[in-house]
Amino acid sequence: MVWNEKAECMEKEEKEQMQLERLQNTVKKAYENVPFYTKKFDEAGITPDDIKTLKDIEKIPFTTKEDLRDTYPFGLFAVPDDEIVEIHSSSGTTGKPVVSGYTEKDLDIWGEVIARAINMANGKKHDRIQNAYGYGLFTGGFGIHHGASKFGATLIPISAGNTKRQIEILKDFQSTILTCTPSYALYLAESLEKAGVSLDEINLKSGIFGAEMWTEAMRKQLEEKLGILALNIYGLTEVMGPGVAIECPEKNGLHINDDHFYPEIIDPKTGASLEEGETGELVFTTLTRDGMPILRYRTKDLTSLIKGKCDCGRTTVRMTRITGRTDDMLKIKGVKVFPSQIEKALLNVEGTSGNYQIIVTRPDLLDEVEVKVEVSREVFSDEIRKLELIEKKITSAIRSEIGIRAEVTLCEPESLPRSEGKAVRVIDKRGLDKG
Amino acid sequence: MTVKQISVFIENKEGRMKKTMKALGKENINIRALSLADTSKYGILRLIVSDNEAAVKALEEDGFIVRETEVLVVFIPDQPNGLNTVLESFEKDKINVEYLYAFVSNKVDEAIVVMRLENMEAGKSALEKNNITILTEEDIKNL
Repeated sequence: MVWNEKAECMEKEEKEQMQLERLQNTVKKAYENVPFYTKKFDEAGITPDDIKTLKDIEKIPFTTKEDLRDTYPFGLFAVPDDEIVEIHSSSGTTGKPVVSGYTEKDLDIWGEVIARAINMANGKKHDRIQNAYGYGLFTGGFGIHHGASKFGATLIPISAGNTKRQIEILKDFQSTILTCTPSYALYLAESLEKAGVSLDEINLKSGIFGAEMWTEAMRKQLEEKLGILALNIYGLTEVMGPGVAIECPEKNGLHINDDHFYPEIIDPKTGASLEEGETGELVFTTLTRDGMPILRYRTKDLTSLIKGKCDCGRTTVRMTRITGRTDDMLKIKGVKVFPSQIEKALLNVEGTSGNYQIIVTRPDLLDEVEVKVEVSREVFSDEIRKLELIEKKITSAIRSEIGIRAEVTLCEPESLPRSEGKAVRVIDKRGLDKG
Repeated sequence: MTVKQISVFIENKEGRMKKTMKALGKENINIRALSLADTSKYGILRLIVSDNEAAVKALEEDGFIVRETEVLVVFIPDQPNGLNTVLESFEKDKINVEYLYAFVSNKVDEAIVVMRLENMEAGKSALEKNNITILTEEDIKNL
């Protein structure tokens, strides 16, 4: 069953016509109400009237994270303050935070796209959704919250953290759907095991996990350990929050809600548009957002698009699982390395936790990599040489994945830093310009 | 007749030992014997305590990774060459010692040695053959 059959199963021509009209409307609003866009258009020598086809979107200059920071906090709002009803913001771990403003209508659309996600996760109105995304300025908690209320399910706004309480609620309230970051879900699964809680005592059937990159191997672990269907959700504060794209049970790419968010894939170096199936940087333009229209925002996420009808019947364009970020990509000893490769290597060593951190240094002239891995119950041994053996196994798994020798260090559980429940995966101490 | 020892993973950084002690102290758990094996990056804290179940619970609640390991605990004469009598009994049967540590109690004249052997079963028979007293958990409670 599809939540919004008209929007999610629309024929190509009809969808494109709708997208074009919405794009023209958005461009006009942005140009007329946001000085930042007026200036950009004027500098590029274009006006909203130049957007005659969807392809014309390529004439519009990109918007970058730096632009959002330069206009901090409210420089991109396109409506008077009395129409803004909610504000969210990124944590600003990598610089000045990015702010996002929503009108009542924007929140309704946000709820709508999350409702589609809950439906894909086999949600029913009688379901109880344990929302363990953080509540606050972070978009995760409230995004799911708005969606669950639009959908009509029972929402448990437990927020992130306090694992003991999460377990209690899972048992006592018999929550059926879990929403949180995948790394927290994995931690929760391990904590359930540790507390001796069996799958018979809880009642989860599915999970909607996002806000950080994860892998197929992690999905397998989550599905086995929690006995659920684990689905990927994608979004970003700049464009809306979670719900920009969501996976259906076919697990063959994430359906982009392209009636609200228009995707493009570009070559991150040249900015040139890429064809379907080619991997490049994902770029989004909002099609319906009033509070803060965003034109051609460079997400820095690397993916490719899949067009054509999905086996689930939906026709919305799909994107493959994010495999890396243009700014996550590390060049170590000249070799391109993505954190997801380290994650993959770790999951190949039985019993290791998926919680890791990569620290790159250049003590002298050469790069050195340290990978810290939180020790799990499964691999902890009373004997030093067995712990050293685990470190060796991880070292060789990483080496076969990325071709580089890393210094592997086991560390205590929960000792690696997390921000908003998101793990901080990379610390680059070389002080290099990522360019 | 083996005794359960508790092993805790601790990172080699300030305050970690203290945190384990605090977790145990809070629950009124008494430590009978303790040893710390360390590398440059982390260590394994090995403990013989008054109440294993409570100790594991307290430590895990504080986020530590804990494991229970079977060890052999024996009395040896608290005098020169005392430990050798035990090691000699292993030598004949080629039993390898993974690690050992010793402590004394003011309630007995003997020294007490905690051992983890590569082959625990063979070690136990070797000790029995040589009439070396192996302590039970009950014995340790009374020390």
